[in-house]
Amino acid sequence: MLIKRAADIRSSEITDKKLYLNRREFLGTTAATAAAVAAGSLGTEAFLEAAAPAPHGRKLENVKKSPLSVDEKPNKWEDITTYNNYYEFGTDKDSPSMLARNYKTEPWTVAIEGECAKKGNMPLEDILKGQTLEERIYRHRCVEAWSMVIPWVGFPLADLIKKCEPTSKAKFIEFTTAYDMKQMPGLRSPVLRWPYVEGLRMDEAMHPLTILVVGLYGEVLPNQDGAPLRLAVPWKYGFKHIKSIAKIRFVEKQPLNTWQESAPQEYGFYSNVNPSVDHPRWSQATERRIGEFLRRKTLMFNGYGDQVASLYSGMDLKRNY
Amino acid sequence: MRVSDRAIRFGLKPIVFVASLGPFFYLVWAALTGNLSANPLADLTNETGVWTLRFICITLAITPLRKLTGWNPFIRFRRMAGLFAFFYGTLHLTTYAIVDRFAGLDQAAGWVEALSGGHVPGGALVASTLRSLAKSIGEDIYKRPFITIGFATWVSMLPLAITSTAGWIRRLGGKRWNRLHRLVYLTGILGPLHYWWLVKADVSRPLTYAAVVAALLGVRLFWNRARRAPAPVRASATPA
Repeated sequence: MLIKRAADIRSSEITDKKLYLNRREFLGTTAATAAAVAAGSLGTEAFLEAAAPAPHGRKLENVKKSPLSVDEKPNKWEDITTYNNYYEFGTDKDSPSMLARNYKTEPWTVAIEGECAKKGNMPLEDILKGQTLEERIYRHRCVEAWSMVIPWVGFPLADLIKKCEPTSKAKFIEFTTAYDMKQMPGLRSPVLRWPYVEGLRMDEAMHPLTILVVGLYGEVLPNQDGAPLRLAVPWKYGFKHIKSIAKIRFVEKQPLNTWQESAPQEYGFYSNVNPSVDHPRWSQATERRIGEFLRRKTLMFNGYGDQVASLYSGMDLKRNY
Repeated sequence: MRVSDRAIRFGLKPIVFVASLGPFFYLVWAALTGNLSANPLADLTNETGVWTLRFICITLAITPLRKLTGWNPFIRFRRMAGLFAFFYGTLHLTTYAIVDRFAGLDQAAGWVEALSGGHVPGGALVASTLRSLAKSIGEDIYKRPFITIGFATWVSMLPLAITSTAGWIRRLGGKRWNRLHRLVYLTGILGPLHYWWLVKADVSRPLTYAAVVAALLGVRLFWNRARRAPAPVRASATPA
């Protein structure tokens, strides 16, 4: 043991932020030098704080249960609303819960474009008109090797696609996230090329498991989870689940999704959950289910293989990662 | 600034020591009271790593600070800062080994079962776990460059921590000891690199650490050059 004396002091006293700042002050005042400036810049990272979960929203009515739900215990509301990858609101897991709080999602329209008959701006109310909402409890697997079980509320993307009447040229569907400099502070940093773009092959998009999400735990979807409208494709990694959808385009060529553009050797177009194809920098063989200590073995297609494997028959999934 | 030896030894040093343990106690407290994120195990890994980097930077800052301020007692905090870098680095490595590697082993469930039942895991389980754990960590170090670099960072601190005692300074002799401890420059380069290769897209934090280390090493290089450069010839020194 290298540290000889254990400090006989209550942890609550030590963790006081003031003390930590005092030490920095000590450094700063003793030496008003370049080195102190450097030390200060290191201290600018926010000390870890427990993020506040989303306030509970309006209850959604007439939500049906779905046979496509998994029979696993969903993660807590707190987990699902404080641990988010949503770079438009910052790159820390808890920044969306803090910075998306006042994000305005009403009124909302989705621009429908490309190879389809019904082009134009579709208000969210029209999208939801006559639409039965279902609760879909899905496994959610992030490319960072953590996972959750999430009780989404939504409806099949196929229903909306049919309303748009795509032409025979529509081979793919491209989604674009809202791009609002005023409301999305994360856009100011060029970590990705904005706006965020994702895409699906038409048969993937039409698959009954693929849903557009408007709710969580029977309530209106919290902002940090992609309100008012996001995608859920449970056999694909989380980053395919594009949030705050502002535009849907039917296209002939395979769209270039944002993460693939950012690092093509690490993120592909398909991004199906696949334990045998590692991320170049980490293994995808296991995952940490949020709330658990033991790591779980990651399942092929996130456990949805029976339903979706046929979409990829004959494809080399090592090359089409 | 005049500070007596007594004040440093019995005042300042203990204060700095306790303050340096602050992050550790904070993390323990936050983990036990649920004040970390929804993924507390990842937080522990990240935070211990970040504090290692911070202490590496602090260690590297001591000599420049001393030169810039002329306050020599700074040097008396260098070993402590370095050992805290090693302390947080070792915590970081241990957390990774448990949370990232051990928790993914087939044997881990057996441990949880035994420990939650109040039993000590059997010898066979311990032996097979250690074997699998060593294999798992070894493979990870071999396969993943950022783990390779991270492990190398920790290894580079190991001889420095061991030889940090007065006895070892005597045994090695000041000159050789000094030469060995230049290894910390390598630590300073490897640490931010490890961080850099780990992040997904936002490299701003690894860059900050890299920049700080670059400045701290750069200033040494600059001073070294300045010292080696021949003294300027002063005109007045030559008699007319």
